Amino acid sequence: MLNLLIIGAGPAGLKAAIAAAEQGLNVKVIDEFPKVGGRLLGQLHQEPNGEWWNGMEMGEKLHQKAIRAGVDIQCEVSVVDISQSVSGWTVYTSQGMIEARKLLLATGATETPIPIPGWTLPGVMSIGAAQVMGNVHRVKPGNTCVIIGANVLSMAIANELRLCGIKVKEIVLPAVGPISKDAGIPEKVLASLMKLTHLAPTVILRQAGKLGKFINPSFAIKYFPRRGIKLFGIPIRLKTAAVEIMGEDHVTGVQTVTISSDGKVIPGSEKVTEADFVCIAGGLAPMSELASIVGCSFKYVQELGGHVPVHNERMQTNVPNLFVAGNITGVESAKVAMAQGKVAGLAIASEWKGKRQEIELALTTAMEEVRKTRAEALIQFQPGISEARDTVYHQFTLDELRMKQEVSVS
Amino acid sequence: MRMRVVNHPVLGNLPERNRVTIYFNNQPFQAYEGDTIASAMMAEGIKTLRNHEESGNGRGIYCNIGHCFECRVQVGERKVVRACLTPVSEGMDIYSLSVFKKGSESHC
Repeated sequence: MLNLLIIGAGPAGLKAAIAAAEQGLNVKVIDEFPKVGGRLLGQLHQEPNGEWWNGMEMGEKLHQKAIRAGVDIQCEVSVVDISQSVSGWTVYTSQGMIEARKLLLATGATETPIPIPGWTLPGVMSIGAAQVMGNVHRVKPGNTCVIIGANVLSMAIANELRLCGIKVKEIVLPAVGPISKDAGIPEKVLASLMKLTHLAPTVILRQAGKLGKFINPSFAIKYFPRRGIKLFGIPIRLKTAAVEIMGEDHVTGVQTVTISSDGKVIPGSEKVTEADFVCIAGGLAPMSELASIVGCSFKYVQELGGHVPVHNERMQTNVPNLFVAGNITGVESAKVAMAQGKVAGLAIASEWKGKRQEIELALTTAMEEVRKTRAEALIQFQPGISEARDTVYHQFTLDELRMKQEVSVS
Repeated sequence: MRMRVVNHPVLGNLPERNRVTIYFNNQPFQAYEGDTIASAMMAEGIKTLRNHEESGNGRGIYCNIGHCFECRVQVGERKVVRACLTPVSEGMDIYSLSVFKKGSESHC
């Protein structure tokens, strides 16, 4: 039986595997994607010092380091169910059953779709799908594209598509609706983009910082040009909304309308932008199905992207021998996920070895590193993440107290 | 071949890879080792991977990382896989899934 099984070979899972294996644990990592690296693989953006953050290289480095540490990594394995036994965990996969004493869920995040008429046409895909196709598989999904949804992820990937030789015709908003909600309201979108711009001088955000020359978003949106502003030569049109994706057998374009600051359609403003593929950028949410089937309790935290399994700063959940790390605990950058992975790996090793002082010391340093990485994060998906995280840790403590009381009462 | 990003200003040039032949609905296509079914077909400009079970409308990839199951295709006699997670191999036979026949549970 394994000491530790990790589900997800992304930045969090790999870092955790390395940390635990270096402490002498017998560790296996599984992932359903054919390549190791998870969401790191597609990432490609410029750091403030001009250096490129190359996710492919980073993923390969972690992969090699994990192999050197003695970690067994297996790709193309899908988990279908998990059950808890007296001695630990039984994980049922597409490649058979795996037993482990401790389990770490590092499943990452999933993209939230925004269904609009025509979105099932071949050639419509999530923004992350296009990123993986271009940067990982090195295949263009098309030559010309419209991106629906203006957020930090879509702007970063728009530039990556441009580097692949794709013409991104425009970034527009989804039409206002029960699913798009604030993502369809120009004033709200601008406000969220402006909150991001003050955080860090990345190349992307410095460009987007052009938006920040205005002070108040509700004031700024009034003066936001109808034609949009350009980021890396790509028009960002916050006052244009996609109402329908056009095409018979595959995408041929997007029908848009001009909208007011609060998202109301301006009559007679219909226009068609031709494109041979369309990306929908609805944002990210923690992918937590596996945590729910093993009985974790959850907390809804908007800043973290949705429902997250309740855990403490040691990445421990309220289910014994179950840990979480990375975007399953809240949507943040790969750097934060890596730092969290190290914490989880050390916390598991510490539990395994009876909380030995030297591991506890390393764990304290690793937890400090998470806070530091978070504070310095160049891409923050939402403001107020640190505070939001504290509410999750607080919930863990409350749940723990309640469980102890229940035990003592019974 | 036509949709490959051969040169990239940051990621560099595509490395040499072994070619394989795959068959999509009995038609041969060139692909490379390391391709998924989805990337190989996309590289050939083919976006429709299957037809919806009821409406018959075309469907292609949506998420490209295995979450949405929109890209499911049949490989060989009866195995259904997600095209975005399945690496190609020499001689692989891939078929689009299509409209369910009335009164039958078969989709072939």
